[in-house]
Amino acid sequence: MTASSSLELVQVRDVTLQYKTPDHLVTATYKVSCTVEQGDRYVILGPSGCGKSTLLKAVGGFIKPVGGTIVVNGREVREPGPDRMMVFQEFEQLMPWKTVLQNVMFPMQATGKYWKSETRERALAAIDKVNLTKFKDVYPHMLSGGMKMRVAIARAMALEPDVLLMDEPFAALDALTRRKMQEELLALWDQLRFTVLFVTHSIEEAIVVGSRILILSPHPGRVRAELEAGDLSYADLDSPAFGALAKRIHTLLFEAPAPGTSSEGARPLAAAS
Amino acid sequence: MSVTHTLSPASTPAPAKPKAPRPRADFECALADASGIGEVQRRLSLPERLANNDAVRRAAVLVLLLVIWEVYARWADNPLLFPTFSLTLETFLHDLLDGTLIDRTRTSLYPLALGYAGGIALAALFTSLAVSSRIGADILTTLTAMFNPLPAIAVLPLALIWFGLGVPSLVFVIIHSVLWAVSLSTLTGFRSVPETLRLSGRNCGLKGVRYVALILIPAAFPAILAGLKIGWAFAWRTLVAAELVFGVSSRSGGLGWYIFEARAELDTPKVFAGLFTVILIGLLVESVIFRVIEAKTVQKWGMQR
Ligand SMILES: Nc1ncnc2c1ncn2[C@@H]1O[C@H](COP(=O)(O)OP(=O)(O)OP(=O)(O)O)[C@@H](O)[C@H]1O
Ligand SMILES: [Mg+2]
Repeated sequence: MTASSSLELVQVRDVTLQYKTPDHLVTATYKVSCTVEQGDRYVILGPSGCGKSTLLKAVGGFIKPVGGTIVVNGREVREPGPDRMMVFQEFEQLMPWKTVLQNVMFPMQATGKYWKSETRERALAAIDKVNLTKFKDVYPHMLSGGMKMRVAIARAMALEPDVLLMDEPFAALDALTRRKMQEELLALWDQLRFTVLFVTHSIEEAIVVGSRILILSPHPGRVRAELEAGDLSYADLDSPAFGALAKRIHTLLFEAPAPGTSSEGARPLAAAS
Repeated sequence: MSVTHTLSPASTPAPAKPKAPRPRADFECALADASGIGEVQRRLSLPERLANNDAVRRAAVLVLLLVIWEVYARWADNPLLFPTFSLTLETFLHDLLDGTLIDRTRTSLYPLALGYAGGIALAALFTSLAVSSRIGADILTTLTAMFNPLPAIAVLPLALIWFGLGVPSLVFVIIHSVLWAVSLSTLTGFRSVPETLRLSGRNCGLKGVRYVALILIPAAFPAILAGLKIGWAFAWRTLVAAELVFGVSSRSGGLGWYIFEARAELDTPKVFAGLFTVILIGLLVESVIFRVIEAKTVQKWGMQR
């Protein structure tokens, strides 16, 4: 791989992703490029069905690109691995035969990344962070959808991966819990400065959670823009800056660009090379 | 197809909200006092608990059947064709106490255990091959499609030619009856494991044997258990049938032989006692062993109601 700035953790270059079904070939994303730097809270924003989940799964190593390359930490992604823990969009990612605590401990045990004595403590701390201590010995079928999501988040965070991949992790939560989880994520980031790729289709969430926002076009997903989110938070919800950014994103998302005119920031690699 | 329904463009004016059918006055009120609920949690009374217990209800059905049997047999009054329950029980207890039945059962259980274990081991091997390669899956599906409908008793003559009279032939037919049923349901179970669960297993870096053992098998456990139950029923049935055809092996036969012998002697109560034992063992395994496994696994995990 080309020697690049050590800050660049994830490099996605001209990645085209396709699904082959018995009678269709669906192109989910087309020639997507982006660069995620160490410590980024990188948000992927786009309308439903534009290939956000697919792109995230490709970074996770679950789907092979038909074109282009994905490099994480200087190595090309070829298969899934615990250095890229993913929180999936669907609920049934927890193992129904394990309790909450066992579910959170499982990746640590499977990868052997931590000492045996350490896994339990780390798992308990992670469960406490998502406020599920009361439910630690309960089986997943007794949890609500939002609670399952929080377990999945705790499980991924406890492993401290190089990149955390989160696919609409807060979409199933009620407004209050969502806000709390967003704040918790930011507080945790402040503490640990991990790198996270975060998929959402809420503009507000993108601005509040993200440090950088990648905007994808409707299906098939192509890069429309990449913006700096700045330090806007819920406190600035009524500020003109927040409104202006939200409006700008909205326009980029839903107004068709004139053909041929690529928008600003769509080629971040040009600056990197 | 609209892909933007989650966020409708603000640039187009939203259509007016339709009017409510009949406007009513708003109200807010204090919460009802919950302390008046009284008992929030109460232990059910003994009759209620008994009626909720599967074992008790099933035992009641059993007792009813036995009473009907006894009454009918007394009314028919023909011990040669249809002995009463009490006579059957007497014969059963007699043969149980003098050790004949225990001996026969032990003779039967030996090839049964061998065959059942062998069938499961082979099924594990086949399904492992089937999940790890496409050609393996093709081979297994073709074989199961071919052999699953073939009654085990139909391959007995072949087994007799290959292995002669004795335990190996029995084990062979039992393996045949277990293998395909268990493989089929295990493979179906593996295939119906949710995609997200598979992905999250692979995310932890699991591959090969560890992936199958730690993710696929527990996730497919309801189907696997169902397969084991069907396999057990097939094996037990096949064994008794084979022994009936077989007649005597070496010194002593199994339960099937016990029944066959009794028929030859026109000792109908003994035939009934033999059948009774077959049913009893089947019932014991089904409703004690498998029930306990079920309660401790799939039911506790909420994977089966
Ligand atoms: N397993 C699959 N087989 C075939 N096509 C698929 C599959 N999964 C997704 N697709 C298609 O790929 C495209 C992108 O899907 P994807 O799940 O990545 O969308 P998304 O951006 O995550 O949407 P959402 O916001 O609703 O989750 C869609 O058009 C979808 O129809
Ligand atoms: Mg998605």
